[in-house]
Order: sequence, then C-alpha cells, then structure tokens
Amino acid sequence: MVSTGTTTGSPIFDYAPAPESRAIVDIKPSYGLFIDGEFVDGHGHSFKTINPATEETLAEVAEADEADVDRAVKAARRAFRGWSRMPGKERAKYLYRIARIIQERSRELAVLESIDNGKPIKESRDVDVPIMAAHFFYHAGWADKLEYAGLGPNPQPLGVAAQVIPWNFPLLMLAWKIAPALACGNTVVLKPAETTPLTALLFAEICQQADLPPGVVNFVTGAGDTGQTLVSHPDVDKVAFTGSTAVGKAIARSIAGTDKKATLELGGKAANIVFDDAPIDQAIEGIVSGIFFNQGHVCCAGSRLLLQESIAEEAMAKLKRRMSTLRVGDPLDKNTDIGAINSAAQLARIRALAEIGEDEGAERWSPPCELPSSGYWFPPTVFTGVSQAHRIAREEIFGPVLSVLTFRTPAEAVEKANNTPYGLSAGVWTDKGSRILFMADKLRAGVVWANTFNKFDPASPFGGYKESGYGREGGRQGLAGYLKAGA
Amino acid sequence: MAASRLEVRKTYKLYIGGAFPRSESGHSYEVHDSKGKFVANAAKASRKDVRDAVVAARKAFPGWAGRTAYNRGQILYRIAEVMEDRRPQFVQAVQQSEGGSAAQAGRQVDEAIDRLVWYAGWADKLAQVAGNANPVAGPFFNHSAPEPTGVVGVLAPQSSSLLGLVSVVAPVVVTGNTTVVVSSYSRPLPAVTFAEVLATSDVPGGVVNLLTGDAATLGPWLAAHMDVNAIDVTGVAGDLDTATALEVAAADNLKRVRRAPAAEPDWTAVPALTTMTDFLETKTVWHPIGV
Repeated sequence: MVSTGTTTGSPIFDYAPAPESRAIVDIKPSYGLFIDGEFVDGHGHSFKTINPATEETLAEVAEADEADVDRAVKAARRAFRGWSRMPGKERAKYLYRIARIIQERSRELAVLESIDNGKPIKESRDVDVPIMAAHFFYHAGWADKLEYAGLGPNPQPLGVAAQVIPWNFPLLMLAWKIAPALACGNTVVLKPAETTPLTALLFAEICQQADLPPGVVNFVTGAGDTGQTLVSHPDVDKVAFTGSTAVGKAIARSIAGTDKKATLELGGKAANIVFDDAPIDQAIEGIVSGIFFNQGHVCCAGSRLLLQESIAEEAMAKLKRRMSTLRVGDPLDKNTDIGAINSAAQLARIRALAEIGEDEGAERWSPPCELPSSGYWFPPTVFTGVSQAHRIAREEIFGPVLSVLTFRTPAEAVEKANNTPYGLSAGVWTDKGSRILFMADKLRAGVVWANTFNKFDPASPFGGYKESGYGREGGRQGLAGYLKAGA
Repeated sequence: MAASRLEVRKTYKLYIGGAFPRSESGHSYEVHDSKGKFVANAAKASRKDVRDAVVAARKAFPGWAGRTAYNRGQILYRIAEVMEDRRPQFVQAVQQSEGGSAAQAGRQVDEAIDRLVWYAGWADKLAQVAGNANPVAGPFFNHSAPEPTGVVGVLAPQSSSLLGLVSVVAPVVVTGNTTVVVSSYSRPLPAVTFAEVLATSDVPGGVVNLLTGDAATLGPWLAAHMDVNAIDVTGVAGDLDTATALEVAAADNLKRVRRAPAAEPDWTAVPALTTMTDFLETKTVWHPIGV
C-alpha cells in the first residue's frame, strides 16, 4: 500500500507499519446540532459521514433545515448582547482557555481529523491542530486591544457571523473563522463541510468544557442547502466563507443590497517559480510540499510549477526521484505522506481533470505506487509539456496533480504566473535577493512564499487577489473583517 | 460701428487615455444650470466608451502602480496646485451646477483642493499605517503591505459635482489604482473642467478616465466588465434596486464593491481610511531567515 521505490521501482527502505491508535476517539453513532450551548436534534434528515480511507460509515449527522438554522441564528443573536459587552479581557480569557484545551486534547483532535478527512496523521498532528491552537492564542490577545487594530478608537463588532468552511482543513478553518470573530465580540453560527463534520462537533464539546456562554458558538451541520440558508438568513451581519470560487460568487450575489459584510477565501492556481540559481534541493522539497501537502486539497497549493528552461531537465529528474519516495496510504500511519482523497466526488473530479490533461496532450507521470483497494486514492502525479491554454494549467484540480510549464526570463515568469483569474498565493525560488523582491512585487497574489511554501501562521494575513476572493484572515488585517469603526 | 465679438463656446468631451474624444456613439445631452437654463451639450458616454476607458485604465495600471509613492503624492499635489490656479473657473462651474452663492461654491472648491492635498500626503504613509511586520512562530521574515487592486470603476456622486467627485477619485488613484469615473449626470461640467486639470498636472494618460453620462446606464457595463477589479457605486446612492443590481453584476469576477450609502454623505467630513483601503489588497511575503 505504500510506494517506497526509486523511479525504477526498487525499494530504498522498508517501513514497518506505525499506526496511531484510534482508541483515543469516541465516535458516537449519531450526532445532532450544537445550538445555544447544547447538542440538539435537527428537524430535518440526517446524512452519513464516512472514513475516506476505508469507506466505512463513521456516524449519522443531522442535516440542519431552515428552522434549525433560524434557531441557531436566534441563539447567536441572543448571546451577542452579553458577549459583545463583556470586557475584552474577559473574552480573551475564554479564548485562552479554549486554546489550552485544544492543546490538551490535541491527540484526540488530530486522530479524529485524520479519520474523518483522510489526511496523514503527521499533518493533522504537526500542522492542523498546533496552528489551530495558535490561532486561538493569537486572537485571545487581541480581544482587549482592539483599539489598536487600525479601525480607530472603540471599534465595534458586527454582530452574528455566518461561517461556512471547507473539508480540506476542518479544524484549522474553524479556528481561522471562530477565533477572530469571538475576539472581536461577534457570535457565530458555523457550518462545517458535509464530509467532515465530526471535529467541529468535538470542538463544540471543548466550548462546553470552557464554559463558553451558550449561543456564542453554534454549529449547524449539513450540505450546500444548509450553508445557503445560513448565509442568506436576514439576521446575519457577517458572512465568512472558504471554498470554491463558484460558491463564493453565488454568496456575493446573494448578499448584494444587504448590509452584510463578507470575507471570501476561494480557489487558487498558484505558480511556484523556480529560477536557475535556486537552491535546487530546497526547491524540490518546496515543490513537493507545495502540491502534495494535504493530498493537494489546498486552495493555495503550488499547482503550476514554472521552471526556468535551463534547469527544467535536472529539476524534473530530481522531482521524480523525490516523488518516488512519497508514501501513500493509511492516514493514521505516522509514516504516511499522502493520505486519502476526501470523497468519491473529489476523486472523480481529479480523475476527470487528469484524463483531460492527457487528452490535451500533456505527458503524465506518477511513481510506481500501489494504492489500497478500498477508500479513495490518487497517486502523486505530474504533467509535463503543459501549455497555458491547457485546462490542467487553468483550473483548480484540488488534488495531488502538478502541472509543469517552463519560462526563460523573469518577465515571462511574471506574465505566466499572473495569467489566471486567481491570485491567492505564489512561490519564488532564487538565491538573488533583488530578484525575490522584484518577483514579490510583480506577482498579483495575496501571499508570496519566497524560498519556502505553504507556511501558515495566525499572525500572518492570508487571502487572495482577484477571483481568489476578498478580505484577509489572520494578522492585524484579519480583524477588519469582524469589526466596524466606532461611532 | 464696431462689431460685437462672438463668444467661442466650449465643446464638452469625454476624457479617455489622456485624450478628449467625443462619445463614439455621437450622442450628447443637454446640461442645464440649477435654475433650468440651458448651459451646454455634454458628451453622453456609451457602452463602447466605457470599454475603451477600461482598456486605457488597464494599460496605465502597471506604470502608475509602479511609480514611487512619493511621485504619486507629488502628482496629486500638482493637481491641487493647478485647481487652485483655475479656482474662479471651478467656482463658476460649481455655482452654475449646484446653485447657491459664489461664496458657497467657493467653499466647495476650497474643500476639494484641500481634499486633494490631504490625499496627496497619504501616498507615502498609507503603507506604514496599513502594513506591518508579522511576528510568526518560526525563522521567517514576514511582512504585509497594501497594494492597489487594479482598475476601479467609480460612479461619482450626483449632487456634489466637484467636492464629491474629488472625494471618490483621489483615494482610488493615490494608492496606485487607475479608474474609470462616471460623473454626475445632471451636473457634469465641473467634472469636465477637472479632467482638463488632470490632463495638465502630470497625471499619466489613462490613470483617470472621466465619462459624462448616466450612471444607471453605464454602471451595469462597468460592474459587469471582467477586467475591472473593483467598483464604487456611490453615484446611485438612494437607489437600492440599481445598487443591488450593480453588486450582483460585480460578483461575476468578485469585484470589490464599495456600496452606495442610503443618501449622499456630507463630503466636508474628514474621510475615513477605508476610502483608500477598500481598494487595496494586502500582500504578505515570507522568506526564511538563515545563514
């Protein structure tokens, strides 16, 4: 079930299985909604959430209908009065308390995240959950310092925030949304993605454990309909969405003419640009983490590799050799590099776009790689001979599929990198300082990683240009999405 | 008997890419003063004029955004200087458009000139106020700074023909955006004179493109244009249906939208920073620290 070979397929190492125990998590057969501080039954249907690595059903989860969403928004509205008037230093202590509980229960959160999402335990354990805790710590400290946020003295919260998050980083996106909202004095109704609802419901327990006042955080589970009902609820003041550009546009239309503020974190097709003077081994690591981290289910993934022509051959040889060492398989195995694709639907989309890549004439390559027989899997894949017109160079695949293009001059690299309706992130690899700053200046993207890639921190604002959405999350700039100027 | 001299009347035209074309449609419309007396014919901009103006604005964007902030500040200050020089003409145009006394019109003009000076000073300070270093938990240099979003469509206010116009145009361009502006429909003449000032103030052609015409007609083309990055719909203040339709159209490429207020604001108030930051992107750059 793992690929451990070189490009010729002969193994370098054999790894013994190193599974993380799942005994630490207690998955109930069914889950309700979390409204006004309590778990309640929904009025509507329920849906199954499955383990994408095995296709086993994990639990039945309530699908919130209009009445459920209304109940949650009303609870958040009631709670807003007290929460927004609470002194910032007291709100801060709730967030600090939550952050500490996240750290204490980090193993449980990480294991459940990997089971429900399919991501490798080493990522949920070392990236998702620690950065989640860091987001609560960071924003806790802001709660009593909002007059320094840059919106003038006495800034005010917006009210009830409707938050809809994706399945690729369920806990991390939850933290990105809830921590700043609460720090600024807003209350929240959040809808986790339909394929990954379980960790949000575990977080609901953490809210209870922290004695967070009822109604400050509410969770409504469900699919697109539930999300649409939530963001279009008339008593919502703020919409925060992370997901596809198509849905982001629909949300922007649905809130037109209202007073609702929106933060939209949408798709991307980031260029990862490697110049001939780049530290090549570091660049290869950056390319690999840029596209294969989290199975490529990353909106800011470096999915378009732009290699300077003079080093393209050497870089491709090194990249293929490195890809051959990637281990695909059991998300709970501590040695796993690439876990399961999150859902059958996403797997079908990745397969379809990869086939289109071949049909349009690009050359496809994957290392020899034995995939598990059940569950949803896709091998790390690279396409060479890709032109800018190819769909695999234009559309977000959201999977472990890299498209490689070449360039000759910095100007051509800029031109190709910016030739996309997206503008979320970009990568630059070169040893020349002035060129880094030149490229960073010219790239139309919200985050530029120079000689690194896929780095995240609560102090660092994240968000896109153009059709990658608007607003920023994290850092001082992220607070602007949850505050308005004081009267 | 000496023949009385025949006055040379001015033809009011559009301002696109640094030139003064007539509307390609050939249409014009009658402009009346505040008492209803005919003053002039103004060019009535068409969809094609909007598209030409967007092309000009896009072409001018990299150069304007690439100027130093100091230089953009100098140029905005230069606009104020030239306006001051033509103050009597502006006072006359504003009084003609908005009515009231010459003193009232004069205060509007003074305020408009001072507004430009205020924004000129922001050019090389805003990045220090809106940007910052980010202390991330790792060995990385990490820094966020504002950047212009690109081409911004502006529907200028309908009532305040000069101060309102300057108050929506200056914050957009001082940060490096370029713009396509639709002036007040019934009070377009101060805008035309303002365009003449822009043309002689070292503002590169295409940075500000000024169209006279109907915001409700031209707004939808601007809002739906896929090469426009943001739109300020102040000019349809009080018309929620039109404002909503524009915001819906703007969602096709996720334009940043500055919504229309319920009524035109008091333009004499000190502007908020959001007049500028609404049309800025935050760019965050990471680099490892090491030897």
